[in-house]
Amino acid sequence: MGAYLVRRLALMMLTLFGISVLIFVLLRIVPGNITDIIFDSAGFVNERQKKKIERELGLDQPIVTQYGRWIAGLAKGDLGYAYVSEKPAIDEILPRIPVTAKLAVLALFFSVIIGVPLGVVSAVRQDTTLDYVLRVISLSGLSLPSFWLGLLILMAFVHFLGWIPLYQSSPGNLGKELALLCIPAAAVGFRSSALVMRLTRSSMLEVLRQDYIRTARAKGASDTSVHYDHALRNAVLPVVTIIGIEAAFLIGGLIVTETVFNIPGVARFLVEAIRWRDYPIVQNLVMFIAIVVVVVNFLVDMTYAMLDPRIRYEG
Amino acid sequence: MADHDHAAALERAGANVSGWWSSVAFLARKYPLGAIGAVIMVIFLLTALLAGITGLDPFSTDARSSLARPGGEHLLGADFMGRDVLARIVFGARISLTVAVGATFLGCFFGVAIGLTSGFFGGWFDLLVQRLIDIMQSLPLLVMALVMAASLGPSLTNTIIAIAIPLVPSVARVIRSNTLSLREMPYVEAARAVGMSEVRIAVTHVLPNTLAPLIVLATAQLGSAILVESALSFLGLGVPEPHPSWGRMLSESAAEYVRTAPWLVIFPGVAISAVVFGTNLLGDAIRDVLDPRQRQ
Repeated sequence: MGAYLVRRLALMMLTLFGISVLIFVLLRIVPGNITDIIFDSAGFVNERQKKKIERELGLDQPIVTQYGRWIAGLAKGDLGYAYVSEKPAIDEILPRIPVTAKLAVLALFFSVIIGVPLGVVSAVRQDTTLDYVLRVISLSGLSLPSFWLGLLILMAFVHFLGWIPLYQSSPGNLGKELALLCIPAAAVGFRSSALVMRLTRSSMLEVLRQDYIRTARAKGASDTSVHYDHALRNAVLPVVTIIGIEAAFLIGGLIVTETVFNIPGVARFLVEAIRWRDYPIVQNLVMFIAIVVVVVNFLVDMTYAMLDPRIRYEG
Repeated sequence: MADHDHAAALERAGANVSGWWSSVAFLARKYPLGAIGAVIMVIFLLTALLAGITGLDPFSTDARSSLARPGGEHLLGADFMGRDVLARIVFGARISLTVAVGATFLGCFFGVAIGLTSGFFGGWFDLLVQRLIDIMQSLPLLVMALVMAASLGPSLTNTIIAIAIPLVPSVARVIRSNTLSLREMPYVEAARAVGMSEVRIAVTHVLPNTLAPLIVLATAQLGSAILVESALSFLGLGVPEPHPSWGRMLSESAAEYVRTAPWLVIFPGVAISAVVFGTNLLGDAIRDVLDPRQRQ
């Protein structure tokens, strides 16, 4: 286990290093930086001023030097300065994290609370009308673009209640904030719940075909006992790993949903920064996302090993 | 495996089949959801192919019909510039189809090439590929596509590339793991024994047998390519004006029109959802047909 952990951590560092190189090169490989956008909107190009801005931002340095500066800064907790606001990047990013984190946790909660029970029911009642209906619902959940679902929810609110549940910058207390976040979280969570439901269903079906389930039936255990005592316990194990997949899946949903509901979180901020080619923000945010995904996947694997005594990681 | 005998499979399943039509009818009865998906996909394909002869014009603007309600001259209403929503949805099918097919094809092509090489020949290339896959898969599809799209700049071709590249690792991973088990097969050994070159074995004996999982994966990716395109265009980083992209139509109309012109929000979204729903239904059915182990 110890050797496995070391190897695993080393691989994580390698992956993160790879992402940092990938993202850094991607952002700079194509001609055009923020100075082009500034002068584009100004309508003329002042070459001398352009050079001056590039020098101030360090964009005239070779790409390797720029990369070295970024990583050296990262190690010291210095993320550089945002181009657009000219504030330290960390001051731009950190305050936006809590609201996105709350949204993500709520969405995950919704997706599990809806997805797991429906997946189990769908598997237990395999090939009945109920199963078909649930499968169609989950497939349609996967087919709706999450921004459109968000827009539909907004539309329903406008039409039936006459107000728009847009996020306000200072919602007052935590209760009110959570209430405002619940609607976008449900929009993100519904899509993810479809994924959870599909995976729960197939995992449950797999377990129901095992020999020990037949044994349990043979010894006369009731259907309820077979399904919920014997099968479900083993079927939820793979579902835990879904949370790892979900982490990446949810972030995609958050990006568009924050945009639709006007929520000032990091996900929407990433899109704004990408539009402005605000490199310090984009590269740090993408790194942040990658770290979250990698760490969540690591924790999921560890939890999995803890929950299932059959799994032992070898070094 | 890939070249399984359909006629025999149908007969085993108790089908009384003679000719192409009756086997289609049989499959449709056996997989009703898949049949619905197939119908949706056929409608989508026909719309995209025949958009030109419908006489609709997605580009002509008309100040008088700005934000016209559905009905009358504009069946599904008109947008702010007075462009017909129906015409833009019909022509938008072309954009969606182009991006989805283009990105899926590119993604699968490179994914198969990389996965086959790394799985069959192994060695340092395999190690490198595995690490690269890890790296690319630790970023969400949309984030990856967003950064790609932004760095390449907005155009139809760039959108296709930006979506295709993030699709490569998942294809490569599946093809690689398939190849790993296939290369231990007796027939590969036999081919080697008769003196076939390694490259030829990989291409003529291993590659065709990865076709079934590839088809299953490609259908799934068709749907996600359409979704990612719509999200990119919605965020203003995908297919640029004046192309009538479904996602783009929603971004023009977004939050503001929720109140004033709901038809601008509803119809393009219905188009996206219906097509992706179709690919998902069809994809599930294809998976059940091609991969009996996963049959549920």
